[in-house]
Amino acid sequence: MTVCIRPRWRLRALASGFALMATPALAAEVNVYTSREPQLIRPVFEAFSKATGIKVNAVFLQNGLEERVKAEGQNSPADLIILVDAAKLAGAVELGITQPVRNVGLEAAVPANLRDPAGHWFATTLRSRVVYASKDRVKQDAITYEDLADPKWKGRVCIRSGQHPYNVSLFAAVVARHGAEKAGDWLTRLRANLAKRPSGGDRDVAKDILAGVCDIGVGNTYYLGLLRNDPDPGQRAWGDAVKLLDSRFAGGGTHVNVSGAAVARHAPHRAEAIQLLVFMTSDAGQKVLADLNYEYPVRPGISAGTQALFGPIQPDTLSLADIARARRTASELVDRTGFDN
Amino acid sequence: MSQRPGRAAAGAFAGAALVAAPLVALIAIAMGGDTATLRHVASTVLPHALAETALLLAGVAIVAGVAGVGTAWLVSAYRFPGRLILQAALVLPLAVPPYIAAYTYVEVLDPLGPVQSAFRALTGYRSRAEYGWPDIRSLPGAIIVMSAVLYPYVYLTTRALFSVQSANLLDVARTLGARPSRIFVTVALPLARPAVALGLSLVLLEALNDIGATEYLGVRTLTVSIYTTWINRGSLAGAAQIACVMLLVVVMLLVLEARARGARGYAGSLKRPRPAAPALLSGWQGWAATFACTVPLTAGFLIPAVYLLHQATVRTLRRGIDPDFLRELVASLTFAAVATLLVVALGAWVAVSVRLCGTRLVRAAARITALGYAVPGTVLAVGLLSPLAAVDNVVADSWRALTGVSPGLVLTGSGAAVVIAYMVRFVGIASGGVETGLSRISMRIDDAARTLGRRPVQLTREIHLPLARPALLSAALMVFVDAMKELPATLLLRPLNVDTLATGLYAHASRGSFEDGALAALAIVVVGLVPVVALMRQSPGTPPVEAAAVDPAAGVRAAGR
Repeated sequence: MTVCIRPRWRLRALASGFALMATPALAAEVNVYTSREPQLIRPVFEAFSKATGIKVNAVFLQNGLEERVKAEGQNSPADLIILVDAAKLAGAVELGITQPVRNVGLEAAVPANLRDPAGHWFATTLRSRVVYASKDRVKQDAITYEDLADPKWKGRVCIRSGQHPYNVSLFAAVVARHGAEKAGDWLTRLRANLAKRPSGGDRDVAKDILAGVCDIGVGNTYYLGLLRNDPDPGQRAWGDAVKLLDSRFAGGGTHVNVSGAAVARHAPHRAEAIQLLVFMTSDAGQKVLADLNYEYPVRPGISAGTQALFGPIQPDTLSLADIARARRTASELVDRTGFDN
Repeated sequence: MSQRPGRAAAGAFAGAALVAAPLVALIAIAMGGDTATLRHVASTVLPHALAETALLLAGVAIVAGVAGVGTAWLVSAYRFPGRLILQAALVLPLAVPPYIAAYTYVEVLDPLGPVQSAFRALTGYRSRAEYGWPDIRSLPGAIIVMSAVLYPYVYLTTRALFSVQSANLLDVARTLGARPSRIFVTVALPLARPAVALGLSLVLLEALNDIGATEYLGVRTLTVSIYTTWINRGSLAGAAQIACVMLLVVVMLLVLEARARGARGYAGSLKRPRPAAPALLSGWQGWAATFACTVPLTAGFLIPAVYLLHQATVRTLRRGIDPDFLRELVASLTFAAVATLLVVALGAWVAVSVRLCGTRLVRAAARITALGYAVPGTVLAVGLLSPLAAVDNVVADSWRALTGVSPGLVLTGSGAAVVIAYMVRFVGIASGGVETGLSRISMRIDDAARTLGRRPVQLTREIHLPLARPALLSAALMVFVDAMKELPATLLLRPLNVDTLATGLYAHASRGSFEDGALAALAIVVVGLVPVVALMRQSPGTPPVEAAAVDPAAGVRAAGR
């Protein structure tokens, strides 16, 4: 008996093995390469799979994601590429690893200034980079980015490394608004205001404010949201002791950046990738994404928890493309002014 | 000397080719860019980054050197309370990756952490602004954190040497009436110089190539500049150029170090040396020694481990075990196990070919295998992308041409790319270790075997490998720990839906909630403990094994020769 069964088992195993190998081409699925931390988007993927039956395979890659897709070339399994920062998205287009998508639904869902004109990428959430302040020691509720360099803040400002991509984008916005020379001067004066050498992350900035090391600091809304909703009551109390200032450029709005997605140039599952993109920008997808990240939906009118926590924002009018172009200059200015030293 | 030197030498060339592929790709990337980036870096951050790098390395060399040599000397030369336990436990920090130590220390020591909170509760201060407190996020902080987890490299190499070589000489000095402190300074330390140099070169390479811990602690090394150039200025070519310059400097330093050492003789006896009898330290002196050994152990292991254990417990009680945890654990163990087998096999092949066919060319090829350790991990991973993808694409395209079906990417799509990356990075550890192990087998044994008609393959199978078994085992253990800890190459090269403990932890850390990854971090440390404990259990009475435990350094030393 067993002698007879065994070969058949083997055959079946072999057959199922081949079937497994063959499935990727047949079953409905979509492959995502993301530089966004997986915990912050996975719930959206799960909701998508539940709604459509399409399986989402994902890999969290950070630095080098674009290089990997480029190197894999036409055999790359990547369908959808999710990147943080408009400059990164623009860089991916430049590298030739994306393809244009024309989709009426997408174009209606994402405002024109938050997507690539040719349809190579679409923003999925907005994040604002703002000024944190101590509730006790700082009375004002609004500030301009220009004012961060005001000598009245001398020894009172905390910030993470000037070369962190978030700060480079903020500084690039300053360059785009005021020109390289004035931006360099602003950086030098901001540096003179720092309470300590740039280090740690945005959350450490918030903690330093709480601890009295400094009075104001620069960070994304995300980290404060995280503190305010921490299961640990101690952490929550700390989160409540820090407030967000209404932060804008003089005569402008709040500095925002985007997370966005692009369909890969050689996407083997192009249709599914577009479907996922549409889902991410739908009302339901936007709410989940924004709530997970303590960020803002790409269009107004979606009731995400972020507005409830921090109030609405008025994004600056400067185009993301202009900011992206100024990044290199901004990064070099950080070096030139010895901002991190 | 071999009948077929060509075939015997193949191992060294195979190892060299594997490691050289990403380095050549890196040089190609560097050549593809203009020099604007290099000039910008040279004219702006270079002086500062150089100074900072030099200070970091000097500081780590001193602190890790003193801690490593000091503890090694104490446990080798004296008996004091807890010595046997400490002798073994002092290796434990090896299991803690520097970035995990950095995150831990910031959490423990920052103004809201337990230490400063307790300080405020005790003193009545209300805010950090009211008292001075040294900041862990600083250059001195980075030096301490790095030294605390890296000193075991020095400890291991030096202790091996203290226990093997100096026994007779120490006795001579003692008979001549020298006091222990004088013996240490005039006899033991000078004799230990090669071992200290080996351990330190590993420590310094780790410190130099680290990005996670240094950047977080606010130290701007050259490696951080490489990173910035690539990420913020979109210039991979510029980053590759700086990396190449740095690699050149590292190789030069290693060569210089080897030359300096080569000029002196450090002949040891080939016979098994008589173990030195440690002197008894009694009373307060004994307890002082206990204390001195406990400090680095606490800093490098106990504090991070206790913190992680606490965080992991709190989080697991609150939310249950992270469902991803088990999958990550399995992935980490699988990658590390497969890579260890292949790395040790390749390393042994390299070492054996040097043994059988030690021409200059073969030796040079073997030295190249150590360079995988001398480049920052992220840079190496990017260098690996194009060779790996080239193979992937050739296979995929030919398969499709033959069958009409796309097979996908065989290397980056399967996890093989991760294993290959580990091989490139760690083969030097294995080849160096096995080479050291083989060097303790007299050449006369080879000659005798050959006279008796054994062919090179038989010689290797019947004599070299069995005799070098302890060295093979130690190399395997070291590679396994390093593979469990590896982050940058795993992060860039793993396939869809696969995460290891290190990448899962990194995902938590990069969204600002490092503590959520405490269980993963703890698992990395605990799994790393297994080989470390296995290393410790080998008693000091078996010199070849002990010496083999120092193998990674031997690999790096080989690079400099």
